Amino acid sequence: MTRLSANIHGWLLLLPAAALLALFTHYPTLATVWQSFRSTPKGSRPSVFIGLDNYEAMLEDPIFLKSIVNNLVYAAGTIPTSIALAMLMAVWVNQNLAGRGFLRMAYFTPTVLPMIAVANIWLFFYTPDYGLIDQVLKLFGRGGFNWLGTKETALWCIIVMTIWKEAGFFMIFYLAALQQIPPSLAEAAALEGASRWYYFRRVVFPLLMPTTLFVLINAVINSFRLIDHVLAITRGGPDNATTLLLFHLWEVAFKFWDTGYGAALTVVLLALLASLALGQYFYFDRRVHYR
Amino acid sequence: MSGHSHGRSAMEPVGLTRALDTVGAWVLALLWFLPLIYAVWTAFHPTEFAARFDLTAPLTLKNFADAWAAAPFARYFLNTVLLVTMILAAQLVLVTLAGYAFARFEFFGREVLFALVLVQLMVMPDVLIVENYQTLRRLGLIDTLLGIGLPYMASAFGIFLLRQTFKTVPRELDEAARVEGCGFLKMLWLVYVPLARPVYIAYGLVSISYHWNNFLWPLIVTNSVTTRPLTVGLSIFAAVDQGIDWAIICAATLLTSGPLLIAFLLFQRQFVQSFIRAGIR
Repeated sequence: MTRLSANIHGWLLLLPAAALLALFTHYPTLATVWQSFRSTPKGSRPSVFIGLDNYEAMLEDPIFLKSIVNNLVYAAGTIPTSIALAMLMAVWVNQNLAGRGFLRMAYFTPTVLPMIAVANIWLFFYTPDYGLIDQVLKLFGRGGFNWLGTKETALWCIIVMTIWKEAGFFMIFYLAALQQIPPSLAEAAALEGASRWYYFRRVVFPLLMPTTLFVLINAVINSFRLIDHVLAITRGGPDNATTLLLFHLWEVAFKFWDTGYGAALTVVLLALLASLALGQYFYFDRRVHYR
Repeated sequence: MSGHSHGRSAMEPVGLTRALDTVGAWVLALLWFLPLIYAVWTAFHPTEFAARFDLTAPLTLKNFADAWAAAPFARYFLNTVLLVTMILAAQLVLVTLAGYAFARFEFFGREVLFALVLVQLMVMPDVLIVENYQTLRRLGLIDTLLGIGLPYMASAFGIFLLRQTFKTVPRELDEAARVEGCGFLKMLWLVYVPLARPVYIAYGLVSISYHWNNFLWPLIVTNSVTTRPLTVGLSIFAAVDQGIDWAIICAATLLTSGPLLIAFLLFQRQFVQSFIRAGIR
């Protein structure tokens, strides 16, 4: 193949994908940054350059600050627990326990359901008086508590539901990693008389570390990227107790139609996601080698 | 799903520990299954049994019929199927061509372009909602299925996946095909695509379940019955219906996730393996 034909063919093959990527990834990224320095057009007043005003407004926006704190609580509440549960599930499913097929299916099924469907089901659990949790509590003479309507508990309701939905997804990555561990390691450990816990802590856990990092980064990205459940269950309430960053962005841009400020919020979110992805690329890909 | 059928490994517990493991695993599994069992129970029984577990409660399909009649679910189904099919078809074509270009053609600017493609892995369409909405508005594509699908069609993840796969195709096959007088597109079709079959299946399953379940972007772009996918339709149904009849909502919920759930139960192994393949890249 001549150089010229390699060039022409390569570019032609790439053209359709490149055009769409330019239109829906590169252009909007740059446009977002540009718009974040401009005001929102209102009626007859066109958009003007306002420098860092949108970013200054952000620092004085209590809902923005609240959404950052909520997002951090949400990430800290969901991720370590999901990962620990996922590891436990994988270790169990990797053994020849009775009903292994059922166990694996039960753990993984929530992953396949749409978040909206999951939210509908869980909404009922949390409903005061009528809901499942309250019904159970009533047996113990308690209940009548509005889990989703109370500032202190609403975010935790969302967290518990997210753990339920995500743990099984992370499990399959651990399962794949566990099956890569050579059986000779377990044999050696058995010969040495190592306890099961010791073997897990000193052999299995370190070998799972690449998977843990992979899962961790994806879990953090998901915690900033997914708000379906917030939209379906609480709509950010009560009193912004469940407002996550992307939810705030959605409200600003598509409820109040404040596109300039919405762009500035997008820039913050993009910066967060980009630094995570770059961290994954530089830190994680260098140290970890999958076969 | 284990690649090798393994007997009991050396560190697997025996006796009491093993029994405890089994009990623990089952308790967690039942806990994990409970919400689904609950949804199925509620959907198949009259409303008054929504939170009353009575084995003599009569079974009924009325909730499904009511849900089906109360909202245009048939239309939502059609929209979702069309949307998912359209996105997957476009993705497969675009991703194959681009992956082939990156794997086998030495063209000017290849490395830079590849890096530009990978940008999408961190700057996801899910987040660029403000500007992408403006773009769709300028193109007159608000409230169309094409508008929902367009930002997802050129998938960096898919391009990456296929580039990796195509790179493993032995050059000798290339040479042989060229000697036979194959053009490069014919070679792609006859040699590369068949060899990448498992990757296509994995990518396809992940794409289908992602777009069947996608919610925020379709919610933003659509505002009429003729374009709304199931997820958006379901959320409107559950929110508008203030008389909250849980049995009907549960029926609608199962209805909308049913096809995917059944497909998953039937092809469990492929699903799980696809997700692993897609995730580990």
